[in-house]
Amino acid sequence: MIDVMMSEINTPEAMNSAKYPRKFTLLKKILFIVLFYGIIQLLIFLNVINAYYQVTLAMICINIILAVSLNLITGFTGQFSLGHAGFMSIGAYTCALITLNMDTPFSFIIGLIAGAILAAIVGLLIGIPTLRLKGDYLAIATLGLAQIIEIIIRNLDFTGGPRGLANIPQYANWTWLFLFTVITVVIISNFINSSHGRACISVREDEIAAEAVGINTTKYKVLAFIIGAFFAGIAGALYASYFYYIKPDLFGFLKSIDILVIVVLGGMGSISGSILAAILLVIISTYLQSFAEFRMIIYSVILVLIMIFKPQGLMGSSEFSLNRFIQETRKNLQKLGQKLHKVR
Amino acid sequence: MPILTMNNVTMAFGGLAALTNVNIKLEKGELVGLIGPNGAGKTTVFNVLTGIYTPTSGTIEYMNDNTKTVINNLKPHVISALGIARTFQNIRLFKELTVLDNIRIAIHKDVKYGMAPTFLRLPSFFKEEQSLLDNAYKLLKIFNLDSKKDELAKNLPYGEQRRLEIARALATKPSLLLLDEPAAGMNPNETAELTELIKWIWKEYGLTILLIEHDMSLVMKICERIYVLDYGMVIAEGTPEEIKNNKRVVEAYLGGEAPDA
Repeated sequence: MIDVMMSEINTPEAMNSAKYPRKFTLLKKILFIVLFYGIIQLLIFLNVINAYYQVTLAMICINIILAVSLNLITGFTGQFSLGHAGFMSIGAYTCALITLNMDTPFSFIIGLIAGAILAAIVGLLIGIPTLRLKGDYLAIATLGLAQIIEIIIRNLDFTGGPRGLANIPQYANWTWLFLFTVITVVIISNFINSSHGRACISVREDEIAAEAVGINTTKYKVLAFIIGAFFAGIAGALYASYFYYIKPDLFGFLKSIDILVIVVLGGMGSISGSILAAILLVIISTYLQSFAEFRMIIYSVILVLIMIFKPQGLMGSSEFSLNRFIQETRKNLQKLGQKLHKVR
Repeated sequence: MPILTMNNVTMAFGGLAALTNVNIKLEKGELVGLIGPNGAGKTTVFNVLTGIYTPTSGTIEYMNDNTKTVINNLKPHVISALGIARTFQNIRLFKELTVLDNIRIAIHKDVKYGMAPTFLRLPSFFKEEQSLLDNAYKLLKIFNLDSKKDELAKNLPYGEQRRLEIARALATKPSLLLLDEPAAGMNPNETAELTELIKWIWKEYGLTILLIEHDMSLVMKICERIYVLDYGMVIAEGTPEEIKNNKRVVEAYLGGEAPDA
């Protein structure tokens, strides 16, 4: 079931046999995920990762979910969306309101799923009219719609207006965050490495050609929008529950830009790129906390530098594969060994 | 029985009529050429046929499996599903994707697994992906592209890009194939090869083909019938011999009296 980065599909070895790669690296992947989870859990237990770093960890998880889901819309399907924070806010407020009014651990799950579904429905409603637009026009339309969501939340009574909602029961912890991050990455990469995912990518590549070979481009654009919004809703719900305080400002235009920056930086069309960039940017901004005044300047300079030297993003559109990484490391080590041998 | 009938099709962009009362009829199994000077409206005919443009007036009837469909107002992907496939004058491959993926996308409509098998990698997913792969392979073999399956489409030489585009069009299992200048930019050798290929797929798949081409050696060699378009109007129709000797056609191309018609 869990078949995380299916990037092996594209390796030449797998293709020569003309067999769909179905070798069960599944177990290896589960082992890797469990091991990773265990190590972090142990570090938390030993207080190496203290409360302060746990917040960093939570931000990383939430940003990974947001970036990977936006990457599906923007990087893979090629639809430039500036409204991702809008979907996030729907998930956050739905989950917050449900847990505030029904305080059991069970209600957290209900809130989270309700938030995600509601965000997906809004994604559908927004997607159908706006996805006729292209490029810049779509960006502005989604920006506007996210703004509308923010203003509605700001002006409603039960959402706490501009002051927001406080004392949201805190159910989300590292385990929940990790679980949902894994689920998001698995489901979205499974989607992308399927025929439906390829249909989405064809929309990005050439919409006219995609239609000409029978791809219902509207359907796949809306579908990508719905899936992206769904996971943005989950990220919002986790955010609300973990930080137990939300207000409309948190989900404004700037938040959408933040997510887009992660996607562009990691590489449009690379899930592992989004993960890498999310981790990197959260760590950078955490460390920059101590340079309060210069923080945003340094942050921006780093972004500019990365874009100058790596305009296609950290990963471009390729994926990180553990197997390939090991193979290449081995090869490089061998080369190094040979070199050393010669020198001697 | 005609597979395609264009009745008085007019396509106007504002005040400019790109096509005026075009009547084209294709019989099932024919290989027909569509020629004309630059800007005559040949590609517009294709765009109207494939749903990229909706004609201003007139009707387009398409006959498949003994059901007649009026395809004027249908979306391109619906028309593709009905069995009309095309290639483009300026090659429109999915450039950043592999050769294999270009084909797999074109056979996407055969895929029946839904979202749950996709997300959860259920057995039906693997079964259908395997058959997608097999079908894509078969096609790539036919077009002699199987050794290049993992290359990005943009990295293929020009002639192979053209071939891949035809392969991709065939992957949608059409009964009517529209080829827009398939030999453009090819040298005489490549053109000769392509001519053979087109003939072969025409016979092998029992297709009806409508072909836009400037290369007269290709058109005269393989087309059974030719339509000549000029200023958006059909000015002549007939066998290659008839067209060669048609005064209006020669005028349209050379802009004057024919020296020795």
